[in-house]
Amino acid sequence: MHDHIHHHPHPNQPDEEDGPFTEYRLLEMALRELLIEKEVITQAELHKTYQMMDDRGPHNGARMVAKAWSDPVYLDLMRRDATEAAKSIGLEPTWLNLIALENTDAVHNVVVCTLCSCYPWPLLGLPPDWYKSRAYRSDVVQNPRKVLAEFGTILPETTEVRVHDSSADMRYLVVPKRPEGTENWSEENLAKLVTRDSMIGVVPALAIETL
Amino acid sequence: MTDPMFRVGDKVRIRDAYPIGHCRTPFYTRGLTGEIERHCGNFANPEELAYRRDGQPAMPLYRVRLPMRQIWPDYAGAAHDTLEVEIFEHWLEPDD
Repeated sequence: MHDHIHHHPHPNQPDEEDGPFTEYRLLEMALRELLIEKEVITQAELHKTYQMMDDRGPHNGARMVAKAWSDPVYLDLMRRDATEAAKSIGLEPTWLNLIALENTDAVHNVVVCTLCSCYPWPLLGLPPDWYKSRAYRSDVVQNPRKVLAEFGTILPETTEVRVHDSSADMRYLVVPKRPEGTENWSEENLAKLVTRDSMIGVVPALAIETL
Repeated sequence: MTDPMFRVGDKVRIRDAYPIGHCRTPFYTRGLTGEIERHCGNFANPEELAYRRDGQPAMPLYRVRLPMRQIWPDYAGAAHDTLEVEIFEHWLEPDD
């Protein structure tokens, strides 16, 4: 099964120390150590921040969506105050003013930031490159049905397409429609159907056959 | 806190103005009329924040709903398609 015989060494992935020691790295180290020495911040606080940054990702948004699908009380909280809904399950998007947008047969929501790339980082992680591209940002506000079709999402005329330009202080999380055939599913399994792109609103949640 | 001047459902016009400097009012929305979808809260004025001033007092921020066919006269989608955008109060005037 393994016809690639290992007589020759493969290059290892470089260790952090193998890269150049740049001025910026030196600056960061000096600043960090000074801030700790002068008791402006603590090592523990820094560590907590690293962890928080590493925890950002679409698994957080997916948890919220799966809970909203399963729990009508939570869905109601999402509708009234999505930031509070995030906090109530232990997510701490402290700087986020969140609005949840529910996709239904009547309305399909899709999010863009035409001015830059505003995006709910704590809940979705870093935005994909296409979200920041001029093509997406200018096309989706002018011809959203065409852009959605490029993502494979073809909507009937009877569904209102609602584009949300995240132009100032609010951040948006689309709650896609709950896929068919998931009536008795646990929140944990439901969350597996909720993709990043479905929470931006360019595609539906995964169908159960795809799992 | 500055009380919001507009209520949900109020008809508003986004100012057709082109001041120099930073602002968060997309060009394509200027001069258009729509209706207030919600008052989002009051937020520091980004036109001041951009120049490292504190942006206080915080200004009411709204979401304004605009029909796509008004924004783009040759809009290719359905007549009921809409766009919602966040606009600060000083960019809005009542549309009677």
